[in-house]
Amino acid sequence: MVVVNSIENGIVIDHIRVGNGLKVLEKLGIDTTKNTVALIMNASSGKHERKDIIKIENSEWIDLTALGLLDHTATVNIIQNHVITKKIKLSLPERVVDVIKCKNPRCVTSVEPSIPHIFHLVDPKTEEYRCEYCDEIIKV
Amino acid sequence: MADLLGRNLLEPGDFSAEELAGLFDLADVIADAPADFDRRAVGKILATLFFEPSTRTRLSFEAAMLRLGGQVIGFSEAGSSSAMKGESIADTVRTVACYSDIIAMRHPKEGSARIGAIHSNVPLINAGDGGHHHPTQTLTDMLTIRRKMGRLDNLTIGLAGDLKFGRTVHSLINAMKIYPNIKFVLMSPEELKVPDFVKYDIQSGNGSTFVETTDMQGAMKELDILYMTRVQRERFFNEEDYIRLKDRYILDNDKMSYAKEDMIVLHPLPRVNEIAVEVDSDPRAVYFEQAKNGMFVRMALILSLLGIE
Ligand SMILES: [Zn+2]
Repeated sequence: MVVVNSIENGIVIDHIRVGNGLKVLEKLGIDTTKNTVALIMNASSGKHERKDIIKIENSEWIDLTALGLLDHTATVNIIQNHVITKKIKLSLPERVVDVIKCKNPRCVTSVEPSIPHIFHLVDPKTEEYRCEYCDEIIKV
Repeated sequence: MADLLGRNLLEPGDFSAEELAGLFDLADVIADAPADFDRRAVGKILATLFFEPSTRTRLSFEAAMLRLGGQVIGFSEAGSSSAMKGESIADTVRTVACYSDIIAMRHPKEGSARIGAIHSNVPLINAGDGGHHHPTQTLTDMLTIRRKMGRLDNLTIGLAGDLKFGRTVHSLINAMKIYPNIKFVLMSPEELKVPDFVKYDIQSGNGSTFVETTDMQGAMKELDILYMTRVQRERFFNEEDYIRLKDRYILDNDKMSYAKEDMIVLHPLPRVNEIAVEVDSDPRAVYFEQAKNGMFVRMALILSLLGIE
């Protein structure tokens, strides 16, 4: 098995849905940071399950709203001196600003400059969001 | 009616059932004696910002303001006004709000009215934002239903035609769902079924329910209200789809023979051919009366948002 060293200080995003790791890396802009980053794909999780993991060395902050939107079943561990000092459980955010864009070509957000793209959670079960302006439903 | 002073109207759901009842009461009073109101808005200016043309709606707003003794400025399409070319909605509205006491805005993009309202410091009325909402048409429909049926609850409302892009349909559902025991019968071809957000909207109502069907004739007998809509050419990406779908769901005397004696037929107008002319003489056809109600309810709305007694 691939061995990836544990980190001294930083953030570990664990239990990412398998295959979703690369997307999380890109969407959260982790791939453009100067920190050392490890992406582990297809790690074993329990007997039959697989997961992705991201480790970011010396990082203290990630966008939890965006991560919650991308993969709310993931967990975030804050590591200090090799010890997990904080475990954060994610949830789907009620309101997201400037993370997703409206897919409705008739939406005003497609023409009006410099307005925030705002979405509201419709139903956590279906993971659907509603555009603040045109009411378009977007599944994330 | 002081509670509506300074408010915006972006979608029918912006007003509570009590506020709507007050508005319709005032519209009824105006309808009975319009001349009593002809000096109420003297010195006030309505700006009609029509980024896309809609002569019927614009005339209704302008007639309403003029009949209140007020004045009107505005433009009737974005291209006719060089000052507005390339300018954002936000900047246009900010500017016009300096000149006027109240704004009626129409724009082809969905959600545009909300942007306008954020940047306006005078009341803003959504006069149609793309396929999204057209609340003053809805107020017109509701006033007509109330005057004809004597109530806004316990109704089975059939909606026929273009339920996908038909903004008047979405707005009427958004407005009527707040009343107890409303059943919507959604009659459309597969291609023009209501979008998901409208279904969510019905489910969030006051016990409102819906059924979808492609069989308009079969559904006629249970309806209290039949709301007809036009299948609009400009909502289609290609001509072929438009021609194939526009002639279904046409109302004629034959279909009317399956309906209740006291059912009423509404239509936002203008019609193309979705209601046969032979239906016009049926006493249940009230769509021409609707236009007049539209002016009265806009008069009531302007007075209420301006806080004029
Ligand atoms: Zn949108």
